[in-house]
Amino acid sequence: MSNVKTILKNIGAARLIIILFLFSLIIAAAGVGQSMSVLASDSLVRFGMNLVLTLAMVPAVMSGTGMNFGLPVGILCGILGGLTSIELGGTGMGGLVLAIAVALPISAVAGYLYGRLLNMVKGSEMMIGTYVGYSMVSIMCIGWLLMPFKNPSMVWPIAGRGLRTTISMDSSFGSVLDKLWAFQIGGLTVPTGLILFSLFMCLLVYLFTKSKTGIAMAASGDNPRFAEASGISVNRSRIIGTMLSTMLAAVGIVVYAQSFGFMQLYQAPLNMAFAPVAAALLGGASTSKIKISHVIIGTILFQSLLTIALPVANVLMPEGNLSEVIRLIVSNGIILFALTQAGGGRE
Amino acid sequence: MSNNINTPKEGDMGSKVKGFLVTNIVPIVFSVVCLIGVYYSGSSIPIILMDVVSRFNRNAILVLSLIIPILSGMGLNFGIVLGAMSGQIALFMVTVMKMSGLPGVLLAMLLSIPFAIVFGYFTGRLLNKTKGQEMITGMILGFFANGLYQLLFLYVLGGIIKIDAPNLMIGSGVGVRATIDLAPMKYALDRFTIMNISTEVDIFTAMMVFGAVFALFYGVRLFVKKETELALKAKLGLSIIAIAVGAVCVNMESLRQWRALVKVPLLSYSLILLVCLLIPAILRTKLGQDLRAVGQNMGVSSVAGIHVDRTRIVAICISTVLAAIGQIIFLQNMGNISTYNAHENVGMFSAAAILIGGATVSKATVGQALLGTLLFHLLFNVSPMAGKNLFGSAEIGEYFRVFIAYGIIAVALALYAWKQTMQAKAQLEQD
Repeated sequence: MSNVKTILKNIGAARLIIILFLFSLIIAAAGVGQSMSVLASDSLVRFGMNLVLTLAMVPAVMSGTGMNFGLPVGILCGILGGLTSIELGGTGMGGLVLAIAVALPISAVAGYLYGRLLNMVKGSEMMIGTYVGYSMVSIMCIGWLLMPFKNPSMVWPIAGRGLRTTISMDSSFGSVLDKLWAFQIGGLTVPTGLILFSLFMCLLVYLFTKSKTGIAMAASGDNPRFAEASGISVNRSRIIGTMLSTMLAAVGIVVYAQSFGFMQLYQAPLNMAFAPVAAALLGGASTSKIKISHVIIGTILFQSLLTIALPVANVLMPEGNLSEVIRLIVSNGIILFALTQAGGGRE
Repeated sequence: MSNNINTPKEGDMGSKVKGFLVTNIVPIVFSVVCLIGVYYSGSSIPIILMDVVSRFNRNAILVLSLIIPILSGMGLNFGIVLGAMSGQIALFMVTVMKMSGLPGVLLAMLLSIPFAIVFGYFTGRLLNKTKGQEMITGMILGFFANGLYQLLFLYVLGGIIKIDAPNLMIGSGVGVRATIDLAPMKYALDRFTIMNISTEVDIFTAMMVFGAVFALFYGVRLFVKKETELALKAKLGLSIIAIAVGAVCVNMESLRQWRALVKVPLLSYSLILLVCLLIPAILRTKLGQDLRAVGQNMGVSSVAGIHVDRTRIVAICISTVLAAIGQIIFLQNMGNISTYNAHENVGMFSAAAILIGGATVSKATVGQALLGTLLFHLLFNVSPMAGKNLFGSAEIGEYFRVFIAYGIIAVALALYAWKQTMQAKAQLEQD
């Protein structure tokens, strides 16, 4: 009996509610005649495409800057990398590699500057991160209009300048990872390449956290004063954490976009930070503690929930957008809950 | 608190001017940006003024609603989104009751208050659990509440609560339409007529009316109460000049276009004036002193016997109620509710406006709120045209103003947090 209690405590009340909700959704989906294999395939794809973005929370939380609400900073760098690759005519796997290769140095610089900023505003990182992300998204809206991209598949056809709101990746490197080594069992399609790549990124981050720099980073996140006393530069660790997080976000959006089939520009990246934050929290992370397993579990739960909620919601309530409403309530509810746990009513 | 850093030193004129510049750098910079925008927009002044007067009318109370939480140390209350929702729920109820005109608007305001107080109470409870992270909590709460709000308007209304108003509901009867027409209440406040005299007058008449009100107010203080401050005399002088300018211009033939275009709704502006007077009045009471004490230092206030948590809840409730009323004024001027979006940007735009007026995360005045509203909406009005004329694309101007809104909040928050870190460091070195 005490075992059951510890298990329950480990799972946590919030997660238990979500898991029960997920199960009832699955039963409901079966009830309304949805094909389980299609839902499972969709869930797998969405797990793969969102995993790296959620993974970007790991270095941020570990280094002590809290959840990275400034994720759009990295996402914009990733989009820039993707666009450059398309502009240069990159296709297939080469296009993807080129996109990531361009995105990484840009996001490293952006992450460094963002990390410098976060070092100046210790204690308010999450709020400032949100608005830095918002500001960057809106300044890049002007950027997308002015940048000298020429590829006709990307610019508005009539005006001849200014990038389109969504850019199709069919002719460049759309779903290269999804199709790589993909196979079918019954009706279930497994996007092997996508999942392997995302898990490989997790492995890289895991290895990093076991390296000397990674351990120093985790130490300065855990207890900055103690870390400083042991000769670790906390500010440097935080910058490394923020840089890594920003770079992962850049890779994450490239992976996301190739699977989604479109690059989404302008306002689209505005609120992209919230789903990964919610997923990580749902997986068991807090604003000060996180493990890779949290990221994987959280992404599976959160994305399956959204995938399965959609068809059920459409059957239950054909008009309106119930699944979007569920997404708003679940993701923000989880974040709010986590914030109350972290704050603890100090005076 | 950190706000005494920039106060000008006593001394020669030069350092005074410099002090003034440093203290008011944000509104000064934005005034310059606005002037450039006005110049390049190519619109005529009365047309810009017409738009700014009505935008100011729509937004002023929403911006003013941020002051009290700021002074209570809770930062920018992004939770006023919940106030806006209360206002919209009340307006929906009034529309279902088929009320119209001024009674409808007033009833909506009355009905919105209990909603706003309940929402404000829960917001306050939540913010008390997340001290130090109030702003992000308020913002996420706004998103979360938006989800619940959509659930209410999409499924609960009509689905669970039967509503007999086919013109408001989607064909199936479940869920409210994306736009609620407020035609029966449009301009109910703005164009209220009393004995066939419209209270919406041209700008010069409005100058005379408000000039007279202020002149009377200052005159009484000066001559009846025998106060003898120089500033008071100057304010009286300004009021009289306003009356004089209004009286001269109101009959000038060359300004006919101004009179035809720029209309000031006296009743709505009186309401704004009332809120402007109400906020300092609240701050002068015992409650107001508690609010500011809590804003200065929660620990000390608690030791001094102030119920910190309760005071903070009251501050949020006041703010939410003001926001509800502000949103109703906004919507009666618009003439329709975009059911699912009207509240979304209320928090962000209001916060940007008050910061542009020179407020910070811990200090704000009525004057800053009003100036900020004016500058922010002037910028909003001119930037698309200026963008078109400067860069050949109106979109650039539109994105620019959104960038300004987000950017000013980011910079203000960062500067404030940075100052606090520096202070903490200085404190540490002193110990």
